[in-house]
Amino acid sequence: MTATTPGIMTMTLEAFADTIVPGEKRSPDDTAIAGAADGPGAVAAGALELLAWSATGISDALPDLVQSLNRHADAYAAEHGLVPGGLVPAFVTLPFEHRTALVQELTAPSHPEKALWVLLALFSNMAFDSAAHLNTASALADGHPGLTAIGLRHPDEDGLWRFPQSSYGRPLAGLRPGTTLSGSPA
Amino acid sequence: MTSVERADVVVVGSGFGGAIPAYHLAAGGARVVVLERGPWLTSAEFEHDYKLGSSYTRIFDFVVGEGMSVLGGNCVGGGSVVYFAAMPRAPGFIFERRGSIGRRMWPAAIDRGALEPWYDRVAEALPVTTQDWSQVSYAGGLWAAACDHAGRTANPVPIAIDTGTCTMCNWMMAGCRFDAKRSLLLNYLPAAVAHGAEIRPLHEVQRVSRVDGRYRLHYNLIDGEDYRVTAGSGTIDAKIIVLAAGAGATPVILQRSEASLGPMPHAVGRYFSGNGERLNTAILNEERVRDVLGLTRGDGVAYEAYQIGKGPCVANWDRLDSSRPEYTRYSLEQLYFPLGLGTILAQVPEATGPTWFGVEKKKILERWKSWLTIFEMIEDDNEGVFGSPPAAGNADRISQQMLGVGRLQYQPSATTVAAWAAADADVKDILERDGLARVAPWTNDLIGAYTVHPLASCRIGDDPGTSALDDRHELRGHPGVFVTDGSAVPCSLTVNPAMTIAALAERAVPGIVAAARQRGVAVEYGAPAPDGGTSGRRATAALAADLARE
Repeated sequence: MTATTPGIMTMTLEAFADTIVPGEKRSPDDTAIAGAADGPGAVAAGALELLAWSATGISDALPDLVQSLNRHADAYAAEHGLVPGGLVPAFVTLPFEHRTALVQELTAPSHPEKALWVLLALFSNMAFDSAAHLNTASALADGHPGLTAIGLRHPDEDGLWRFPQSSYGRPLAGLRPGTTLSGSPA
Repeated sequence: MTSVERADVVVVGSGFGGAIPAYHLAAGGARVVVLERGPWLTSAEFEHDYKLGSSYTRIFDFVVGEGMSVLGGNCVGGGSVVYFAAMPRAPGFIFERRGSIGRRMWPAAIDRGALEPWYDRVAEALPVTTQDWSQVSYAGGLWAAACDHAGRTANPVPIAIDTGTCTMCNWMMAGCRFDAKRSLLLNYLPAAVAHGAEIRPLHEVQRVSRVDGRYRLHYNLIDGEDYRVTAGSGTIDAKIIVLAAGAGATPVILQRSEASLGPMPHAVGRYFSGNGERLNTAILNEERVRDVLGLTRGDGVAYEAYQIGKGPCVANWDRLDSSRPEYTRYSLEQLYFPLGLGTILAQVPEATGPTWFGVEKKKILERWKSWLTIFEMIEDDNEGVFGSPPAAGNADRISQQMLGVGRLQYQPSATTVAAWAAADADVKDILERDGLARVAPWTNDLIGAYTVHPLASCRIGDDPGTSALDDRHELRGHPGVFVTDGSAVPCSLTVNPAMTIAALAERAVPGIVAAARQRGVAVEYGAPAPDGGTSGRRATAALAADLARE
């Protein structure tokens, strides 16, 4: 079993992305997704598709990141007296609260590899909150789980957003005394 | 013999600091070439799309440093294309700031009164207008109402937006599809081109050398889709150069030029300011917004309108009080921050677990419609220092566009940290009153502090020890090299800085014209506003003569 084995790569990255934006399990025996939250999370939102896209600049590094993450997970498990998971990647073996604790360690300001793990977290989050691997209007029309959960409104038919109603339309505070004619502070 | 391309003036960068001198110099008769690192997009190419490779990532740059990350424009028009067009003038006390250098940071020649006619020129050119309350977004109105409820004031901010055309789409960071935002693509830059200036996109200047009494600019050609790829290189000579690559890039070009140009002033790449910026996210309680503030949108919904608007509309300026000590003055401005890059930094108020990811974070993402972000601009302490330049550009690029790692180091001083804490507490006090919202600042633990308004890394001043430029923006010890972008601004401004950057660029032009004339360039100063308006020119005519000092 190596980090580049497709199943290992996928499961480890899914478990990481699921730690950033947790979601519900796809099936009762889903091990990568911990099922820590209701509704779809980063994995369902397409985190692995985004991470695999060369435009991110992170795709080539994924095998190394997966290997490293599982090494960290092994060390973490040993430190906390947790049982290794056999054929399942070490990070996936960790219960959700321990995955969370490990991600906190890896992204802490003092961790020497912080930048890498923050980057992995950033793209995992972006898959959910902005579907950066998809055209936004199409993704929304197709019911992208992240954009839908966030409540992004649908655009007009031409794919552009316009909000004809946009203001309470009345004064809601007094102006600061001394405001100049240009509308600036004095 | 290889022929060397020559221009009278080469301008590096096409944001406010570059476009304004380029226009005036071209209109005055100089042969001007503008080298811009980013692409040249038209309004039809500005997309409402978060997909990597859309206009959002093509024209926007996010450079991660050590303790400070910088967001800026990367396109023809620079920051003006991606910014939110809030254009307040800097408060008068700013010009008296001393920071930690024991003397006034600004040149004696500049205070608010002296800059006012130059602000007026910019206001005429873009134009900049005031907003009335009917043009203020729901988010701005909510912030105003919350301030009022707390016994505070709130001001609609001056803007460079045609509100009649604006659709309140909140996609300003991807470029304005509707030409409502009065970016430089609509005024100074087309006017410069009409007067013969050449704008060359995807030309990234690396360094400057000196050849036969001229300056030689060495640039790389950047691939139009994958900015990590260099498609060639070249040089161009000029009698005068105007550096306006942005406060995150101008000092890097000068650092890299030191080997050929000779020693740089001490202040090149030092005294960087992030404009004291920091964000807070409030998660509104919709019922309390309706019951306490009496706000409804007419359909029973109180707010749920974070997505709607045009960036910042309303600011609280109560602490912009000249009687308060330095480092205790700040503004609190309602802001929209787009999805994608920044959302990960938003923290869960009163989290019991991780603050920026995980189960609780997902829950606040699901409340996104009820978010309100408040943008703090405090007086920081010019703590930023640039390390040795990377191999090319100002960052090692990670992604094909937008994301890179730069060399800026920023360790906030105790006064900066205290000012952020005071501003955080103030936001909390205003927005958590009577259960209106729960508030938390964005984390600085992931990418350090962050700024959309980098400043002061090559600043003007009277003291050669702490300023790289004299009061006419000429680089000390390097005659004929001028810097006119945000790096010239001496300190954080407690308000959005674009108006001040632009006014300083306008003010710098007479001196640049005079320097060009001294080198035999047939150029005159005195162009009207880009659309032909002359009221601003009349007011600055006498001042310009003094600044020219021929």
